Amino acid sequence: MSSLLRYLPLVLIAVAWEATARLGLVSQLALPPLSQVALAWMELFKSGELFVNGASSLWRAGAGLTLAVAVGATLGIAMAWWRTVNAALGPLVEMLYPMPKSALIPVTVLWLGFGDGSKILLIFLGCMLPVTLGTFNGARGSDQALVWSARSMGANRLSVLWDVVVPSALPEMLNGIRTALALAFILLVSAELIVAREGLGYLIGYLGANGTYDAMFAVVLTVAFLGFAADRAFQVLIERLLIWRD
Amino acid sequence: MARLAGFRSKSAPATQPDAAMRALGAAGRLAPIVLLALAWEALAASGTVTPFQLPRFSAVLTRIWTDALTNDLLLNTALTLYRALVGFGIAAVAGILLGVGMSRYGAVRWLLDPIVSVGFPMPKIAFLPVMMLWLGVYDRSKIAMVALDAIFPVITGTVAGIAGVDRQLLWSARNMGATERELLWQIVLPAASPQIITALQVALPIALIVAVVAEMLMGGYGLGGAMVHASRFADSRGVFAGIVEIAVVGYLLVKAMALVRRRLLIWHQEAQLPSTV
Repeated sequence: MSSLLRYLPLVLIAVAWEATARLGLVSQLALPPLSQVALAWMELFKSGELFVNGASSLWRAGAGLTLAVAVGATLGIAMAWWRTVNAALGPLVEMLYPMPKSALIPVTVLWLGFGDGSKILLIFLGCMLPVTLGTFNGARGSDQALVWSARSMGANRLSVLWDVVVPSALPEMLNGIRTALALAFILLVSAELIVAREGLGYLIGYLGANGTYDAMFAVVLTVAFLGFAADRAFQVLIERLLIWRD
Repeated sequence: MARLAGFRSKSAPATQPDAAMRALGAAGRLAPIVLLALAWEALAASGTVTPFQLPRFSAVLTRIWTDALTNDLLLNTALTLYRALVGFGIAAVAGILLGVGMSRYGAVRWLLDPIVSVGFPMPKIAFLPVMMLWLGVYDRSKIAMVALDAIFPVITGTVAGIAGVDRQLLWSARNMGATERELLWQIVLPAASPQIITALQVALPIALIVAVVAEMLMGGYGLGGAMVHASRFADSRGVFAGIVEIAVVGYLLVKAMALVRRRLLIWHQEAQLPSTV
C-alpha cells in the first residue's frame, strides 16, 4: 500500500499523458496516447523486431562493458601497485577522463565500420576510465595497517595484492562500474542513433524517420526501462558482493 | 565523475626550491602526454596504418590551425559551448530549486522522488528523437536535451547535500531566531554547497557529451556536427581534429569548474586540504 502511494506520481504521469493526447491538447502525432504506444509495443514484440534489435544492443553493451571492466580494473590496480605505472598513465588518465566520450563515435566508425565492432570498441574506450579511476582510488585507499600485518604474517606480494588490495578496491571499483554502466547505455544509444543498421537506437531512429511515432515512443520507453533495470540489478549485485562490509 | 582524488598535488607555500620542484613535477606529468603525441606521429608515419585510419598528429594539428584561421573552429566551439552551457545553466538552476523544494516540502518530495529515482539511471539520450519531434532540429531541442540529461545529478546532489546538513547548525540558528528564509540562505545552502558543487561537476561533462551527440545526430554547425560532416566525406583528418578539439574543450571546462569550486569554497575546510585538481 505504501509503495503504491510512493509510485502514484508515475501513474499520474501515465494518466496525464493519455488524457493530454486523447483530449487533443497536443497533436497525437507529437504525443501518441500511451495506450496506443502500448499496442505498438505489442506489435513490435510479436514481430520479433524488438527482440532482434534488443539482442544486438545488449550484446554490444555487454561485450564492451566486460572488456572495459577487465582492462580498466587491471590498469587501476597496476597504477596503485607500481609507482612507475602511475607516473606513466596518471597524466593520460587525467587528460582523457573529462573528454566527452561521444566524440569517439565517428572515429570508431572510421576504424571498424557500421557493425558491432565499432560499438563494442566505443563502449570499451568510453567506459574504461571510470572503472580505472574507481579501482585506483579504492586500491590506493587500502588500509596500510592491513598491508603491513599481511606482510609481517609472511604473505608474499602477490597474496597481499589479491587478499588485501583487491578487496579494499572493490567498493569504489563497483561504483566506477556503475558509472560505466550508465555511460555504456548512453554511448550505445547515441552510436546506434547516429550510425547503425540494427539495434534499439537504430530502431528508434528508423521508426521516427518513418513517422510511426507510437512505435518510436514504445522503443524509447523500452530503452529507458532497460537502462533503469540494469542499474537496479547492478545495485542489488553490489549489495550482495559487499555483504562482508559492516 | 569529478572524483580525481588520485591526482592531488600538494599546494605548499611557494618557496624557491618548491617552485622548482613543482615545475619539474609539471614537466614529469606532461611527459606521458608528449610521448603519446610522438607515438601517434610515429605510428602514422611508419605506414602500419593507412593515413585514413590514423592521419599524422602533425597533419591533424595543421588542420586545426587552418580551421582556426577560417574562423570555423571559433564558430563551432562557440556554438557547442553555447548549447552545452545554456542547458547546463538551466539544469543547475532548476535542479537546485527542485532539490531545495524536495527537501523542504513533503508534497514536492512525494511527487518528484519516484520520478527522479526512475529517471536518473535512464539513458535519457533515447529521448533525443522525441525532442527533435517536439522542438525541431535547431538550438532549442539540443538545449532541452542537455538540460534534461544534466538535471538529475543536480537534483539528487542537492537533496543529499541538504539532508547532510549538521542538525546542530540548524538548531542553533533557529534558537537564535533565524527565519526560514535566513536559514535557507545562510545555513542550509552554504552547508550543502560542497555537495551541490560536486553534483554540478558531475553534470557539466554530461552536458558536453549530450551537446556533442545532439549535434552529431542533427548535423549543422557545432563541433559534433563538424565531426559527422567530416566522417561522411571520409575526411579522417577532420574527424581526428574534432576529437582533439572536443577533448581540449572538455578538459578546459572541467578544469575551469574545479577552479570555480576552489574559489567558491575558499572558506570551507576542504580548501585547506590538498586541492582536488
